[in-house]
Amino acid sequence: MRTLIFRTVAPYLSSLMVLFSVFVLLRGHNEPGGGFIGGLIAASAFAIYGIACGVSPVRRAMYFHPMALSAAGLLMGSVAGLLSIFAGVPFMTGLWVTVPFFTEELKLSTVLLFDIGVYFVVVGAISSIALALEEREVE
Amino acid sequence: MDDYMPSTTLFVLLLPFLAALFAPALTRLFRHNAAWLLAIVPVVIFWHFATFLPEISKGEVVTGGYQWIPAFRVNFSWFVDGLSLTFALLISGIGVLIVLYSGGYLKGHEHLGRFFSFILMFMGSMLGLVVSDSFLMFFVFWELTSITSFLLIGFDHKREASRRAALQALVVTGGGGLFLLAGLLMIWNVTGISEMSLLLRSQGVLADSPFYLAIFVLVLGGAFTKSAQFPLHFWLPNAMEAPTPVSAYLHSATMVKAGVYLLMRLNPVLGDTAAWETVLPVFGGATLIVGTLLAIRQTDLKLMLAYTTVSSLGLLVMLTGFGHPKAVEAAVLYLVAHSMFKGALFMVAGGIDHEAGSRDITKLGGLMSAMPITFAAAFASAFSMAGLPPFFGFLAKEEIYAGLWQPGAWPLLLTLVAIVGNGLMFVIGFAVALKPFLGEKPAGLREAHDGLVLLWLGPAVLAVASLLTAVFSSVTHRLISIPMATAVEGAPVSVYISLIPHIGMALLLSGITIVFGIVAYRNLERLRSAMAATLTAIGWGPDQGFDQFIRGIVRVSFAVTRIVQNGRMETYMKATFVLLIVAILVPMILFDELPAMPQWPQDVSLYELAIMAIAAVGLVAVIFARDRLTAIVSLGIQGFAVALLFMLFGAPDLSFTQFMVETLSVVILALAMTRLRLTPTDHRPIGKRLFDVTISVVGAGAFLLLLLKVIQLPFDLTLPEFFTNYSMSIAYGRNIVNVILVDFRGTDTWGEIAVVMVAGLAILSLIRISTRRPWPSIATNDPNDEERR
Repeated sequence: MRTLIFRTVAPYLSSLMVLFSVFVLLRGHNEPGGGFIGGLIAASAFAIYGIACGVSPVRRAMYFHPMALSAAGLLMGSVAGLLSIFAGVPFMTGLWVTVPFFTEELKLSTVLLFDIGVYFVVVGAISSIALALEEREVE
Repeated sequence: MDDYMPSTTLFVLLLPFLAALFAPALTRLFRHNAAWLLAIVPVVIFWHFATFLPEISKGEVVTGGYQWIPAFRVNFSWFVDGLSLTFALLISGIGVLIVLYSGGYLKGHEHLGRFFSFILMFMGSMLGLVVSDSFLMFFVFWELTSITSFLLIGFDHKREASRRAALQALVVTGGGGLFLLAGLLMIWNVTGISEMSLLLRSQGVLADSPFYLAIFVLVLGGAFTKSAQFPLHFWLPNAMEAPTPVSAYLHSATMVKAGVYLLMRLNPVLGDTAAWETVLPVFGGATLIVGTLLAIRQTDLKLMLAYTTVSSLGLLVMLTGFGHPKAVEAAVLYLVAHSMFKGALFMVAGGIDHEAGSRDITKLGGLMSAMPITFAAAFASAFSMAGLPPFFGFLAKEEIYAGLWQPGAWPLLLTLVAIVGNGLMFVIGFAVALKPFLGEKPAGLREAHDGLVLLWLGPAVLAVASLLTAVFSSVTHRLISIPMATAVEGAPVSVYISLIPHIGMALLLSGITIVFGIVAYRNLERLRSAMAATLTAIGWGPDQGFDQFIRGIVRVSFAVTRIVQNGRMETYMKATFVLLIVAILVPMILFDELPAMPQWPQDVSLYELAIMAIAAVGLVAVIFARDRLTAIVSLGIQGFAVALLFMLFGAPDLSFTQFMVETLSVVILALAMTRLRLTPTDHRPIGKRLFDVTISVVGAGAFLLLLLKVIQLPFDLTLPEFFTNYSMSIAYGRNIVNVILVDFRGTDTWGEIAVVMVAGLAILSLIRISTRRPWPSIATNDPNDEERR
């Protein structure tokens, strides 16, 4: 698998895929996309990087343990749901604020936070499985 | 129904739990002297409930409470009548003495603070139990007493015997609790009532219900386990592994009476039927006799007392079920008398053990001059236990015989049972109170004395109370006996027995009992060896039965696990698919809901056909692939083709996701397969292959039929319309799929991502197990293995 071409291209390809996954995540509310699919794309990016260059560079690149990312995502999702306590509305009710961002208006919401949580859960869970499976070749 | 000081009562109910929180810290500060401080808690409770006395003795009840879950009509409510009040006063009154006594008995114990904490928690639970109005609250407190009892029996948790006794008590009483829960739920269902106070006013509804027998059996299941009725009595003597204050408090004066409380509480609604008046006296009488006979056999002071507690509980059950107002009065009097004398005698036994270092009656003697106060308390309590004047036990005994002596063969038999039981209890009472104190002091016995005031205060106070309640019997009856008996009977009764003997049948029967008791006492040694020989001859008891039962459960569950969870993926897959097929096909065929033959679609375009062909080719390739990698990739081809179809039919989100899932599953499957080092070829014999092929073909067919049926049904547009209309206006998103996932059905997704994460963790640990080292030896839980060890 570790051909020169693949090894050379993989880092660029993976970076592009991660960037694309973020794009897909953020456009999700209005166009096809969302946290789940974005997470899958990012997970496959890490899987490709791992196959091409070995697991340890990927782990270094991710910095956190993938399972920790996953847990952080679940925490984000839960916090997004619980924030509705302060508004006095039922659990998981979407709350929106509009923030001026240079010339544009930026719509932020607990729904977005929740979707980012989904993204991290999926990235973390899938890539920790994939990386653990790839690891054998190193050992 | 007035809300008399509801908030104070709530505070009083919570007080023991609060005190339990602070007990360890206080004990660290003041060591055993913390007992004096902590005893304030039961004093406050006692005083609070004592203020109810005037009202209750006038025949009123005190109620109060708060709404808890209004939607289910569940309240946190209490209800105090004569029965509850007597129990509350006993619990808090004896509680004061027990807390003080614990300080003396466990002085210097490193976990004294924890002990105080447990015993206060128990006090709170028991108090909650007897004043509960709503069934749910009653059940919660009922189980809490089982749990705190478990903690207290197992207090000395480093000893195997303590742990076993604790577990046994929990299994028996907790199991009974489940019966009780079922019984209460049935009562709730049949009557629609979830509160004791209302249930008591529903005269006759339960007794006439077709479910009466089921309710009766379930309630008895709860009461008989808690109150240690034969043949479920064995946990109570074993519970003597607990420190003596626990035995005195839980396992004689209070907790074990919870079952009797339940029966007394429900007597007005469940009683007065043939079943009630047969089953209760039969089990109660059997327990009375068995308990006293087993008590005779013992030489350990605590065990002797424990078995007489079993028999006293039997006597109480027998009297409650006898069905005569006089018998109910007797039960009430005996319950109060028993709490006083048995609590005192247990504390005496503990004091002797603490001071002289032994509880074995054959090794004790001559302690009278060394422990005069303890001896006086023991002697007085034994008088009460034997039913001799001038103590409260005498009143109870007279009333028992007055109640049981009715015309007929059945009452006569029960009277005989009562005479034998009481006579033998007379023997045990005096054996415990006299043998350690009289006679020669055996060599090697530790130098004893009355010791700390904490140690002898409890028995002394209880002995004096036994005397005073009897001397001022009219006051006792007015405040305690009459309101309680009225509550148990469900109709007004009057109690007027006093120390002045009435010449009559009851007195004669008492005389017979005393003569029988004295004769038996003189022959105690002979009786004991005879009982021991008999028990050896029988060789089996419910205690061994319990062990066999538990072992049996372990064996059965092991055998079942070995079949159901045999560790072979093949079995799991087969079971899953076969059940799936059954679940789809059986209802479809049974209810004649097979789909109609579909029309062959006319407007299929060429590229759609081509994509379907690719999917089919992928599947065929999976089946005929020579090695696993080819099979996995071919499966991917099929998946991509399906994703393309989704795209063509206007589901870009779904298609997008499908592409990614297929890619990742090919990658992960390939990685996993290379690690498993499976043989590339298929070694299944032809029969197995055919079976697997059949399952897959039938499964696929079942799914096909299901899908055909689904699309033939008229399509309900309500939800799609709702989402199309409101996706933008409510959730500010144009992508309906995403809006559903993260907003409309956000809580579902939240649960799903939690599952994804946990599944990831599980898979990760599975992978780790197989890479790092060879399979560790996992405990198989094989009961045969454990026995060999």
